[in-house]
Amino acid sequence: MVEAGRWRAPVLGAPRDFCCAGCEAVASTIAAAGFERYYETRSAPGQKPEELPALEALDDAAAQRQFAASAGPNERSATLILDRIRCPACLWLNERALRRLPGVLRADVNYATQRALVSWDPARTRLSDIVGAIRAVGYDAFPYDPQRQSAFDRDARRKALWQLFVAGFGAMQVMMYAFPAYVDEGVGTLSREAESLMRWASLLLTAPVIAFSCGPFFAGAWRELRRLHPGMDTPIALGIGAGFAASAWATVSGTGAVYFDSIAMLAFLLLGARYLELAVRQRAARSLDRLARWSPSFALRFDGATPKQVPIHELAAGDRILVPAGDRLPADGVVLEGCSGIDESLLTGEPVPLAKAPGSTVCAGTLNLEQPIVVRVERAGAQTRAAAIARLVERAAASKPRLVAAADRIAHALTYAVLAVALLAGLYWHDFWIAIAVLVAACPCALALASPVALTSAAGRLLGRGVAVTRGGALEGLAAATDIVLDKTGTLTAGRFAIARVQLLGEVAEDECFSLARALESSSRHPLARAFDSRDASAPVSGIANFAGQGVQAKAGGRRVRIGTEVFCRELVGAAPGLEFSDNVMTPVFLADERGWLAVFLLEDQPRETAGDAIDALRAAGLRVHLLSGDHPAAVAAVAARLGIEIRAGGASPQDKFDYVERLQREGRMVAMVGDGLNDTPVLARADASFAMGGGADAAQLQADFVLLGNSLGEIPRTFKLARLTMRIVRQNFGWALAYNTLALPLAAAGWIGPWEAAVGMAASSFIVVLNAMRVGAAGADGAGKESWKASSSSSPSPSPSYS
Amino acid sequence: MESLVLLVPLSVAVVFLIGWVFWRALQGGQFDDLDRPGVDVLSDDE
Repeated sequence: MVEAGRWRAPVLGAPRDFCCAGCEAVASTIAAAGFERYYETRSAPGQKPEELPALEALDDAAAQRQFAASAGPNERSATLILDRIRCPACLWLNERALRRLPGVLRADVNYATQRALVSWDPARTRLSDIVGAIRAVGYDAFPYDPQRQSAFDRDARRKALWQLFVAGFGAMQVMMYAFPAYVDEGVGTLSREAESLMRWASLLLTAPVIAFSCGPFFAGAWRELRRLHPGMDTPIALGIGAGFAASAWATVSGTGAVYFDSIAMLAFLLLGARYLELAVRQRAARSLDRLARWSPSFALRFDGATPKQVPIHELAAGDRILVPAGDRLPADGVVLEGCSGIDESLLTGEPVPLAKAPGSTVCAGTLNLEQPIVVRVERAGAQTRAAAIARLVERAAASKPRLVAAADRIAHALTYAVLAVALLAGLYWHDFWIAIAVLVAACPCALALASPVALTSAAGRLLGRGVAVTRGGALEGLAAATDIVLDKTGTLTAGRFAIARVQLLGEVAEDECFSLARALESSSRHPLARAFDSRDASAPVSGIANFAGQGVQAKAGGRRVRIGTEVFCRELVGAAPGLEFSDNVMTPVFLADERGWLAVFLLEDQPRETAGDAIDALRAAGLRVHLLSGDHPAAVAAVAARLGIEIRAGGASPQDKFDYVERLQREGRMVAMVGDGLNDTPVLARADASFAMGGGADAAQLQADFVLLGNSLGEIPRTFKLARLTMRIVRQNFGWALAYNTLALPLAAAGWIGPWEAAVGMAASSFIVVLNAMRVGAAGADGAGKESWKASSSSSPSPSPSYS
Repeated sequence: MESLVLLVPLSVAVVFLIGWVFWRALQGGQFDDLDRPGVDVLSDDE
């Protein structure tokens, strides 16, 4: 059946409709890889995708440029969307299956995003073999593609909602039929026929709940059993399946008890918790996806004089492209023509547009706001900055923090314990329903469920504010930090100089010196020149000449004037200025003409605007703030005094910095380090958590747990706060889930908990854990939640979930 | 009591009917975006 407009893709120059998403995807892949000739020459219609060995298309080099990146001559990596993942055990299975393949260098699977990050050696294996291995273990995978991901997400959500609804309505109605029997207990006014009628009606309504809504539990359990690796679906499926079978038998034979209502309710509550989890997981994954999702699919490339629309994967370095106002940039590059404002908030979280002129660099995924610009492509496809950041974040999301790995092991062990205890309790009591209650009540679902959601939500929110989390354990390390060590140059200061003092050396008035200096510096790109506000350069000067690293010379009023270093100006004057300027705090810039010295401007490296507030917030959070720099101690002291930092050290070599952090750690402190990420890699690696200033730098080369893409120091205290909140929630969840399981197991085994109480208890514990994890995504959109700093710094693992 | 013979099967039929209605709504995309409609009320432009 072909439904017009539902699945449509351009093939052979015209939009075509397809019967299903699978066929459409196959046709699009064929078309995108340049194999459209197939449709002209084929003599029989194609097969449906499930029968089609479409894997070879993945190995095509043109197709791979879209989703795979080369990390070296012998390594390629790509992100694959995994289909049919249900639980952490599925991840484990896929990871093992992938890692066992020869030629696969790394494979990490993320539960929250349901994606695998795979690196392989192209000389030893092919991507089609990798996907083939995933299919062989009962799952499916396809290269990550934003459109495909949203269609996939939508279908998953619809299906989950439909299963939830069927279970919910079935449960409600079955409860109605069960009600007379509960009321009649011990009274005996209900006729046998009426009771039988109720039971048959319950059976009829519970059957779809079991067969359809509980499908995911059974499928999951089957996969777990086939691999002899029972996870959380096994006890659930066993409990529901056996409970339903026994109740159905009781209905048919007319003897024994029925528990249709308990089974349907359990299915409904469990599916409710899982639906919530799915929604949170998808939302978190979407925010992590923004970078990849928002790059356009077409670009306007100049082939000759006129721009022509081409698919984005045809772009290569050196192409000239036109970016109309209101469009997102399709690739990284340099502006050739036109000036415009560019909104880089996607990358940096900073909503103020930046002015770009010819020569400025622009990044893929940013939004051109004002004027059309012509851009020369430097990097395209998987090589762009946005793609590099996306890969960093992806890698972090795929790696498991220590806590999560520990929880997986405990959940796994608990599953065996639950199965064994259920069997023993059933045998001991000779009561089938006690065994079912144990299976259901003590299933370690809650334990396995909620920490990945909390961690991914946190990473997604941080990325939205321009902070990329690049390592799995980053939030864990940061939440525990007691000290924060800041670097000066490039971190607290950004090479933004301001005039602190002017000293006149000659007869010329201050105003005139300023206007001369402005006029001279107006042509210079030197960082020091920016201290002079050159916008109102009014003094008439001519013949401006730049001397790199020395200064600027020009003619004013018939005389040569120079601004720059002392040596540069002395050449003109012929004598020393007669004053010493070597306090090492400020940088002197001299102004002189042929007749003599005019003035000296003392410039000071300004702290970033956000530095003061950020440091106050960090101190308020109970952290000790250190300033550690390689600059002259006097300059460090000046900045420290200005920002109110008491613990400081100047003149520190990279080795000194490393020793400094190590010494703090030996004293039992947990150290977070903030640096520029390029020059202080060793000390950043040594610290328990590290931030790198990532604006402008090649993000992939930064060795830090967090990369501040917008260079905003204000995000550091907010990240701290979110890290602490996240880890507290994760610990609460673990505490709660473990406490629930250790309590429920003996109670159920002792026969004190009936099937319906087990169902409520188990589903409630899952719900509580998922709802608690949702707080990470909800707490104060501006980062200023209701949590108080003091409370968060003194919090300890608490076994009860709180909704403060 | 005799009315049960009619009413219980009827209630089963009603459940299936409601299920079908919901399925239609779901496939029509009514539940695809549960966030936007809540925000839409706040925007003025029609």
